Amino acid sequence: MLLSVDRVRKVFGPAVVLDDLSLAVDEHQVVALIGASGSGKSTLLRCVNLLERVDDGTITLDGEDITDPRVDPDVVRRRIGMVFQSYNLFPHMTVLGNITLAPTRVHKRAAAEAREKAMEWLTRVGLADKADSYPDRLSGGQQQRVAIVRALVNNPRLMLLDEVTSALDPELVGEVLTMIRDLKSEGMTMVLATHEMGFARQVADRVVFLDGGRVLEAGPPAQVLGDPVEPRTRQFLSRIIEAGRL
Amino acid sequence: MTALHTPSDVERGRIAYRRRRAVRSVLLAAASTAVLGTLLVVAVTGSPGWDRVRTSFFNAEIAKESFPAVLEGLWLNIRMLVVCAVLALALGLFIAVLRTLRGPVFFPVRAMATLYTYAFRGIPLIIVIYLFAFGIPGLRLQGTPGVLVLGGAALVVTYGAYLAEVFRAGIESVHPSQLAAARSLGLTYRQTMRHVVLPQAVRRVAPPLLNDTVALQKDVGLVSLAGPIDAVRAAQIATAENFNYTPYLVAAVLFVLLALPLIAVTDWVTLRAARRQNAGT
Repeated sequence: MLLSVDRVRKVFGPAVVLDDLSLAVDEHQVVALIGASGSGKSTLLRCVNLLERVDDGTITLDGEDITDPRVDPDVVRRRIGMVFQSYNLFPHMTVLGNITLAPTRVHKRAAAEAREKAMEWLTRVGLADKADSYPDRLSGGQQQRVAIVRALVNNPRLMLLDEVTSALDPELVGEVLTMIRDLKSEGMTMVLATHEMGFARQVADRVVFLDGGRVLEAGPPAQVLGDPVEPRTRQFLSRIIEAGRL
Repeated sequence: MTALHTPSDVERGRIAYRRRRAVRSVLLAAASTAVLGTLLVVAVTGSPGWDRVRTSFFNAEIAKESFPAVLEGLWLNIRMLVVCAVLALALGLFIAVLRTLRGPVFFPVRAMATLYTYAFRGIPLIIVIYLFAFGIPGLRLQGTPGVLVLGGAALVVTYGAYLAEVFRAGIESVHPSQLAAARSLGLTYRQTMRHVVLPQAVRRVAPPLLNDTVALQKDVGLVSLAGPIDAVRAAQIATAENFNYTPYLVAAVLFVLLALPLIAVTDWVTLRAARRQNAGT
């Protein structure tokens, strides 16, 4: 087991956002988190990346308790890649600058080596000609692909993807999803929060439905999305179908 | 719901660990402060000239003696600060808005506003005070106000130029989409400025504006160059009488005390602005 979330609790003031939530992710597994806004998907990802401190419970990565306050969060984050809904590229750096920042400053790679690796990736995802562009010259889909590359060049053990297609035009969603599908075929372990049910069905090994900070239902995509047991899951899915997103 | 939750052993262990760390941090901070403080005191009091400096700068008797006069002078500083700060802020905002006016008709207005900010940010404040307080009365015009008013005017004009640039930065930082949205609703340029752009701009630049006000607070003391007896001048007189610099130190302490509330307000506004910005993420 690569990642294990055990009875994690997170509160913001009076609101209980994660309520004794447990989740296990095996190596090479892709887990899709689904659920309404406010169900705790993003908070869970942020807790795993130690961007939020858990209020109870433990999170274990590669057998190490990363919620132990003695653990240096910077060291933990080096093993985890994260991609955000609104890309969060650094606007004052070129595409290449964005991608080589962590390899050179955090992982102390030589600049030339980092650049070479970055160009390799950019070529793979068809953005080599954008290496010297600034993020605001790129489309949303291109920016998000750069953001994914930025996380990948650090060879993370685990990728966290937080609604990475939610800010994109429908026609740009495809290019990002293709990239994630490629990652899966290479065996990358991923936890992704998503509203793209069709995509979750295709790419996920397991779909987890969160409701009110708890795992209400989890299982193979065909079961959770096709034949849910819980009435709340059915209700959520029928609303999504109405909105034309399944 | 929150109240019902009892922390697990793991969480209790973490809380205890963090508490121990917090206690250790406080102790460390206290220890390092004590060490540094002791070193400073030893370095100053151990210096060869310390005895002489102590009698000429830290004389308790002279401090007590000069205190009432310096305090009375400070009252003038406070009144001038309030008047000058209000006027300089108003002037700065006015100039900044003039500089944003579009259209060829307003070219001379824009040019003059620009020239003004360039000129008065460049001229040293002392020279402006001399020009106003000694130059203008030299014209022998009817109804020339006193040096106090002229010195105050010099401050307003100089600080107005700085504040105008701060306001302008704020106005330009409001995203063009806000302008587009306001104009699309049918608001005129003036209404857009008044109801959409300026409220956002002023909020954004409140910290630097207040910071400039703190700077003005101590530059008010420079009007003493023109004659009025403010805290600095009162200290200077007391210094000359006793041939002892302690009154200056008294004035300095009073100025710091005067600045404290303003600095506290600045910090609070800055913090609030930062909180509001981060509220969405």
